[in-house]
Formats: sequence, structure tokens, C-alpha cells
Amino acid sequence: MKNTLIALVEDKPGVLNRVASLFRRRAFNIESLTVGHTEQPGVSRMTIVVDSARTDVRQVTQHLYKLVNVIQVEDVTERPSVMRDLALIKVRANGGARSEVMQLVETFRARVVDVGLETLMVEVTGTEEKIDGLVEVLRPFGIVEMVRTGRVAMVRGGNGQ
Amino acid sequence: MRRTGAQIVWEMMKREGVEVAFGIPGGAIMDVYHPRQEYGIRHVLMRHEQCAAHAADGYARASGRVGVAMATSGPGATNLVTGIATAMMDSSPIVCITGQVPTPLIGSDAFQETDITGITLPITKHNYLVTDVDELAYTIHEAFYIARSGRPGPVLIDIPKDVQRAETDFVPPEGEIRLPGYRPVGQGDPEAVRQAADLINSAQRPVILAGHGVLMSGAVDALRAFAEKTDTPVALTLLGKGGFPASHPLALGMMGMHGEAFVNQAIQEADLLLAFGMRFDDRVTGKLEHYAPKARKVHVDLDAAELNKIVQVDVAILGDLRQVLEQLLPLVERTSHWEWRGQIDRWREESRARDIVNRPSNGHVLPPQVVNALWEATEGRAILVTDVGQHQMWAAQYYHLDRPHTIITPGGLGTMGFGLPAAIGAQVARPDREVWAVVGDGGFQMTLQELATVVQEQLPLRIALFNNGYLGMVRQWQELFYGRRYESTGLLNPDFVRLVEAYGVRGWRVTDPEEIRPAIAEARSHPGPAFVEFQVAQEGDDGNVYPMVPAGAALHEMIRRPMPVVEAR
Repeated sequence: MKNTLIALVEDKPGVLNRVASLFRRRAFNIESLTVGHTEQPGVSRMTIVVDSARTDVRQVTQHLYKLVNVIQVEDVTERPSVMRDLALIKVRANGGARSEVMQLVETFRARVVDVGLETLMVEVTGTEEKIDGLVEVLRPFGIVEMVRTGRVAMVRGGNGQ
Repeated sequence: MRRTGAQIVWEMMKREGVEVAFGIPGGAIMDVYHPRQEYGIRHVLMRHEQCAAHAADGYARASGRVGVAMATSGPGATNLVTGIATAMMDSSPIVCITGQVPTPLIGSDAFQETDITGITLPITKHNYLVTDVDELAYTIHEAFYIARSGRPGPVLIDIPKDVQRAETDFVPPEGEIRLPGYRPVGQGDPEAVRQAADLINSAQRPVILAGHGVLMSGAVDALRAFAEKTDTPVALTLLGKGGFPASHPLALGMMGMHGEAFVNQAIQEADLLLAFGMRFDDRVTGKLEHYAPKARKVHVDLDAAELNKIVQVDVAILGDLRQVLEQLLPLVERTSHWEWRGQIDRWREESRARDIVNRPSNGHVLPPQVVNALWEATEGRAILVTDVGQHQMWAAQYYHLDRPHTIITPGGLGTMGFGLPAAIGAQVARPDREVWAVVGDGGFQMTLQELATVVQEQLPLRIALFNNGYLGMVRQWQELFYGRRYESTGLLNPDFVRLVEAYGVRGWRVTDPEEIRPAIAEARSHPGPAFVEFQVAQEGDDGNVYPMVPAGAALHEMIRRPMPVVEAR
């Protein structure tokens, strides 16, 4: 099972290094880690996906808290939340293949964001499963290049504080 | 007030209550050193930076205050690493201040540049590279707060040379600490405390496992009150020694690999373990699958990451031990476990029969008898600072402590070479106390250059050296588990007495058991630093530490001390 942790950390030099160093040192298995700014100046937000079959998620949380710059850690796996991954996929599409690819992109509610002579660049946002699905159907055309952001997550609803 | 970065370092240390720093100057830190005398803080010049960190650690453990070590950039900073790791493992509050190359040169592989914040990331509680002189004062304030609060530990501050020289308007930081994510714990969750009290009130065969946390949270009196009310025997970890008086009827003694057999037997037979401020180190539990199989377990610790890390417990309480014990005390019933304690006493009698102190010495100097003689001579009032190895375990077994903070030993990291420099720190912290460094011939030679520091600082330190001509603990393992092949453990040693006298330390040598007590008495009455070499048995029953849980065995599967041979007629 994949658990999703959201960590709020102080935006200070070396914080990402501290988190990464902790995972390495404690031999925690991490599926993905994303970092970015938040609504609060000086606070960054990390979304960390942990394989709970191989790593004790509680230990990950408690050890994150031991880092002085970590403000809050929450395991949102069991909470109703929106989880998204973003991918850019450059796929071979010339001649007749081009319209086929564009149809598939349409079906997955993805977008074509760049058109080359031989290739199309597709942007897709969604759950990892949805993106995996699109990748699967595009693969026969020939995927030239791909980048994925890793999961970001946010809990639904709430008290609107 | 215009101040340089260097002046701010001392100004802030003074405000944090620092009276002494241990270190060695060098190119990238000499600007910090320069104004020291204006601030009246003592500096102890060490001979190796590793020893500066150990001395700061020994100072911290003997005084209960934050120890300070200073070193220059590059090799000075990297030499601190072993000392920092030692302090980290044993939760000792030290602050290390290192010089760094000027900020424009950082990252350019400049002379004596090293990424010390990167290197020490996993072995510090926190560290800083200060690139702006305006942040220096607050950073030092925060560093001392982090070092001593919560679960204490080492903090490193790396200060580039240009920041040391830069001038600014010094504004002392106000009291508040700006750390939104750092919250040291206090009381335990009342519901968890109530659950623990229920388990305690229904236990028949309880044992308390008391660790370093007892000393660090100031819970010695609270522990005693709790143990007496609930009539619960108390076993100690190595670092917990002194947390419960050894002479108390409820005292069991040290648990684990070289603990007394009856202590481990009690743990294995217990129906409730109360783990107070300890972390179930592998040297304490033996083989985990067979650890205390009959016991429910309650764990109190201030570090959430220690709860359910090694041993899954029935009740985990996150909190400061003293406060949790004070919460527990009114909830537990006054009771008597006379039957259980009678059982433990029968095991204890059987262990006593094997006690090496009662063994005929057959002309050998037996290390436990040396420690016992030292204990009797000092009435258990000396501060003992050990190195690592066989002598460390003998000291732990035979120097019985009734008071906290009287044994200082590198438990977690097991750092050979710790003994002498840490004893220097302890003696500086407690000039009024008798301090003994107890070391082996292997570890002593890793840091013996600090004898020069002892003499230069005119410290009245005493040193007891156990010389068996081997890296003894490794040799013991080779004897017991590696077919007696003493691979690379034999030491061709110098004449230690002549060596220490070359440094200006008075030395005695003991080769006969009859000389043990007179030599200790002479060393104690000597005003200056004193050194006694005990030439002890090299191998076999007289040269090994018993009892012993072999690595990978369960706690009750101990190699016992041999029974004394009763001579025919």
C-alpha cells in the first residue's frame, strides 16, 4: 500500500537535503517526493509517498518531526483528498498516427501542448492510475521522452480556516 | 553597539552561561579566538579536535550544562566528527563552533575547506552555516536552546571567516525562539497514563527498566518514590547507572549483554516491563524474538520516534519522564511484591556465589578486584569516566553508584579514546571532585596525547589503565566465538609509566594483587595528575568479562561466571 504524507517545512537552506538524508540514513523506501511553495511565505510543502509494505510509515512521520525545520506532518492516506500527478509525454506521431494520438489525448482529457514535425507533447494531470493508463495506450506509438512530477495531495473540504 | 562576528560569538556564549570552551585554533577560526580574553571565558587547549568534542561531552555530562568545542575549518572540523557522533548517540548537549573559509570561497575547494554541515547532518541534532553576521547572535541563541532542550544533542555552527570579521550593530536576541516545528514534550497523555496505571496495579512480577532519561529529566527522586510505592525492582541500562541508588533494596543493577544474570532472568520472567527513558538498544534486549516473552510493556520516552521502534509495547507514553512519573504516582496503588522479590533474591544469591570479587586471585591482578578496590577507596564518590571495552564493563559492574552523574561512558557509539579527553572535561566541570579516567591499553593509546592537556591545565585527574596487552574485548570474542585465533588484537605496548612521566604525570605500576590498594591510595594522595597501570590477566576466566549474552542469543542464554573452584583440603 502507498501512503501519502504531507509535510510542512520551514523554507530554509538545506531542508530538502535534511529530509532526503533522513530517508537514506534510516533506509526508508520513498516512492516519490515533491516540494513547492505554499500559501504561507517561508513555509514549503512536501508530498511524500511511502510504500508501507516496506517502510513503517509511523516511523517516517516521527523521524520527520525530529528535524528541527519540520513544522507538521500528516498522513492523508485514509482521508478524503485530491491526489494529482502531472506528466509531460513526448510521443511519436506522424502521418495517420497523429489523429489517433489526438483522439486518445481527448479521451483522457489531456492536452497537446507542443506540436513538432515528428512528435506531439502531451500534458496530462490526474491520479497516477489515469496517467499510467494514458502512458500504456501511447506506448505503441513510441514515447520519446517523459517526465512526471510525482504525487501532490490536498485534503478535501475542511474548516476554511 | 558595533561588534564583530567574533565578539558576538563570545558575547552570546557568555549570555548562554558558557564558562569554558575546549578547542584548537587554526586559520579559519583564529578571528573568533582573538577577542576571547575580553569576555572572561576559559579556553582549554586540546591536542586533537576529536578530544575537544569528547571533553565538551564529558563536561556536559558532569555538569548538566552545555559543553562547547571549537575547531578550525577542514581537518579541524572533520576531526570533531567522532566526538559529535558520540554525543549524538548518548543525547549529550554540546555546541561545536567551527571556522569556515570566507563565503565567496565556499564551494571552490579552497584551502582547508570542507562541507562540515553536510558531513555532520546525520550526526547532529541540528546544524547551521551562518552566512550573515546579522543572523549570528540569534543562531547561537537557538543552537544552545536546541542542544539542551527536549532530547539533548550536539549542534554545530559553521561560521565563515568573513562573517567572523564583519561588523554589525549587536542586538541581543529577545527570549523567544522562532521554531514553529520544535516542541519539546511535557506531560503524558492522561488516557495513556491511566492505562499504564491499570497495568501496573494488576502486575504480579513487574520490573522497571531505567535509562539515561531518568538522569536527563531529573527524575531520580520521582523514580525512587514510584519504585517504593509499587514495590518494583529497578534494572538499569549502562547510561542509566546512578539513576537509582545501587544500595537500595529494590536495586537490581545493570541489565543486558554484561548485566548480572539474575537481572536478565528477572526481565525474562517479568509480567510487566516499565521502560523509563531507555530505548531498547540491542545490547540491552539480546535476541528480540525471545525478549521478555511473558511481559506486557509500558514505554515512557520524550522522543516519539523511540516509541515502538524496536519493541512493540502495550502502552506508549510520549512525555517528559519526571512529569509522567508524577502523573502516575497518585494513580498507582501501594503494594508489596514480596513473592516476586523473594524469587529474584534467590537468583541473586546464586549470582553472588559466582562473584569474581570473592574469587582467589591466584597471584593475578583481576580487573574487577581493582574496580572494587577503587570503589571502596573512594566510597563510590568519585566521578568515573570510562573508555570502551572490557574495563568499561568491569567498571559498570563493580563501581556501584548511589548518586546520579557519577559515571560517564560512551554507551551508544562505543568510542575508544573517549575516556581521557572526556575525563578532562569532567574534571574541568567539577574541579572539586575526584575524577578517575578508567581506560584500557587499546583505547588509551588513541588519545593519550591529551596527557599534555592535563599537565598544561594542571588538572588533578587520576587515570587507571588496565593493561592486558590486547584489544581485550575483541580478543575475548575471538577466544569465545572465533576459535581462539587472536587476529590482529595483540598489542606491543610502550612502557606506560615512563611514557606518562615524560608528560609530567606521576605513574605507578601494579603487577601483584597485594599492590592494588597501596597504589590506589598513593595515587589518591598525590596532589597532581596521577596514573596507575594495572597489568591484568590476559585471557581465560580471569581475563574475560562475565556474565555475557553472546551476540544473537536471548537474554537468559548467558555465559555465566565460572563457579569458584573449591580447593580440595
